[in-house]
Amino acid sequence: MTKRLLQGSEAVAEAAIAAGCRFFAGYPMLPFTELLEQMASKLPAAGGVCINAASEIEGINMALGAAATGARAATGSCGQGLALMQEAIAELALNELPLVIFNMARGQQDYFQATRGGGWGDYRTITLAPKDVTEAVDHTQLLFHLADLHRTPVILYGDYVIAHSSVAVDVRPLAFPPTPPKVWALDGSMTGSGRARQIWTWAQGKPNTPGPGPNRAWQTIAEKYDHIAGIEARHEVAHADDADILLVSFGTTGVFVDRVVEELRAEGLRVGAFRPVTLWPFPGAALEAASRGCSHVLVYELNGGQMVDDVRMYAADRSVVRSIGGVSQDGSGMRQGALLDAAVLRRRVLDAVGLTEGAR
Amino acid sequence: MTPRLISAFKPSLLQSSEHDLCPGCGHAPAWRITLDVVAELDLKPVVLAGHGCYTQLMVNSDVDSLQTLHGRAPAAATGVKRMLPDTPVITLQGDGDMVSEGLHEVLHAAARGERITALLFNNGVFGDTGGHMTATTVVGQRTKTSLDGRDAEQHGYPIDVGRLLAQIDGAAYVARGAVSSAGLVARTKRMIRRALELQLEGAGFTFVEVLTMCPTGWFVGTPQGPEYLEESMIATFGIGELKAPSAP
Amino acid sequence: MTTILTRGTVRIDVESCKGCDLCIAACRPGVLHMTTDRFNQRGYRYPELSAGCTGCDACAQVCPDFVFEVWKFEEPVDLPPGLVPDAAVHRTVAAFKDDNH
Repeated sequence: MTKRLLQGSEAVAEAAIAAGCRFFAGYPMLPFTELLEQMASKLPAAGGVCINAASEIEGINMALGAAATGARAATGSCGQGLALMQEAIAELALNELPLVIFNMARGQQDYFQATRGGGWGDYRTITLAPKDVTEAVDHTQLLFHLADLHRTPVILYGDYVIAHSSVAVDVRPLAFPPTPPKVWALDGSMTGSGRARQIWTWAQGKPNTPGPGPNRAWQTIAEKYDHIAGIEARHEVAHADDADILLVSFGTTGVFVDRVVEELRAEGLRVGAFRPVTLWPFPGAALEAASRGCSHVLVYELNGGQMVDDVRMYAADRSVVRSIGGVSQDGSGMRQGALLDAAVLRRRVLDAVGLTEGAR
Repeated sequence: MTPRLISAFKPSLLQSSEHDLCPGCGHAPAWRITLDVVAELDLKPVVLAGHGCYTQLMVNSDVDSLQTLHGRAPAAATGVKRMLPDTPVITLQGDGDMVSEGLHEVLHAAARGERITALLFNNGVFGDTGGHMTATTVVGQRTKTSLDGRDAEQHGYPIDVGRLLAQIDGAAYVARGAVSSAGLVARTKRMIRRALELQLEGAGFTFVEVLTMCPTGWFVGTPQGPEYLEESMIATFGIGELKAPSAP
Repeated sequence: MTTILTRGTVRIDVESCKGCDLCIAACRPGVLHMTTDRFNQRGYRYPELSAGCTGCDACAQVCPDFVFEVWKFEEPVDLPPGLVPDAAVHRTVAAFKDDNH
């Protein structure tokens, strides 16, 4: 195992290339820009193509075209750029095309965007939210595998901290089980055969090879996402077996929760931590189990309250669920603000459970 | 005495000649010559189509096809061609798709010199939605969103995308034809052939615009379609090669 | 009896025609004429061929509905004036597709 000190963006780029990514297109936007720079620098040498697109919409549509040929492809931006890509994400899902989309988010945690999506139709994206660069490297490779396995767009929910932190990390290629051959991929070889292939959300096929049509195709895709929901949920949980207070968070905030949980436990407080690793599928059953018997389920997210909706849906007792996060930007509006702080989090936890510092 | 077949009922690359296009529609003859050229050159392309009446022509064709989002065919084609540099790539869009929604994508694909052949079937209306104004609707043309005729003061001017593309260095071949007469059909077919040959040579971005009749969208009878096309679109945009490599 | 020198012929898929009349104007020797009181299954008038076709292919090139199959004779033939009787063919018209699978 060889660890190198790498900026998160560089580590993620290397992980994508290790996973076989050979097409990348993106538009510069903080804090995603370094990932684009790294792919521009590294991908050609790996035999791939990186294009600095002229817009986010253009970038994801380029990546969609590359994916349609069967290549492993990716794009990315921050949440503001992903907002522009929503139509294309739905199109990818309803075309059953694999694509990895990197969201290097700014200061706000866009849980709704990452899990509900702003496209049309019945689709979801498998969304993984690493808490640090080490996890991001593994998640990146896993996402290329899941995209191909389930023929779906997938999202890596990173952020400013992950993109810009330099960490000693080993970007070693991970092994995954084989995925089905891409018999649906387009390469012109079936042109003139009488059975040419077609990728079309309406799925009506061609006269010689009729397809299921939009109704049956979209029903099948919706059922596929139900199936994925049953098998791809991932989570991390600590001290749930004796916890009376459960802190729930996702992404980078999870590191701060881990720290505060250990600190408070050392002081005798029965605190546990639960972190959805997949934002979708949300690990609802695991959360229900972890929250049983808790008198407090405190959701720490940097937004006005988004994941808390899903926590309420699955917690063993929804009445004990509270938000202890909030909107928090630094002065530039580009990164997390004062709320991303262990001391602030600790105080909020104690306030929420009715304890003040030094009164125990 | 054996007669010689000049034209089969339909091109070999058309799985079915049945379609729902209006009587007198120019899109079908334009696609016919495209498929004929592809077969004559013995190509196995990937075809990407936008959204419009012409979409069903791609659907009916025996070509590996990708249906793209409105306006985005040149972007998706970029991804396809970069991954399959030896495969011919053809995009098919209408004027609403390319010049209204997708002006950004086609200009940038040309600027990058993407080795694709972009086809524009231009009838000056959004036919599929019922006949609305697009960026190529000519001044004076009546549509459902310009019922008194397009008025420059109120609706602005049409965009000549061929002329824009001809100015871009990455564009190797830019031509405009029409299907309003058999003579122009033959001339346009030669343009499409030249564009595809240049793609195979790796010359850069190639583009053929085909002016097509839409008598329904134009509020004219089907026999008047060609005449209206000549008086409105040919009069505004012209016919010919706007940019071509110098002869070897 | 007068005859018309004829260099080619077309087969006309009557049921595919949508009566747009574009072939009439395109036909260089002027040997195509639309029916006046006969219609195909969809209710459209359709073209009929008279003697004198040159096999120029203009009709097939302008037709939006793939109605024509065009042939050229090795040697021109003399045909009696008037309709070429076996030009019309009737290919199957697809039934309306049910979109609700």
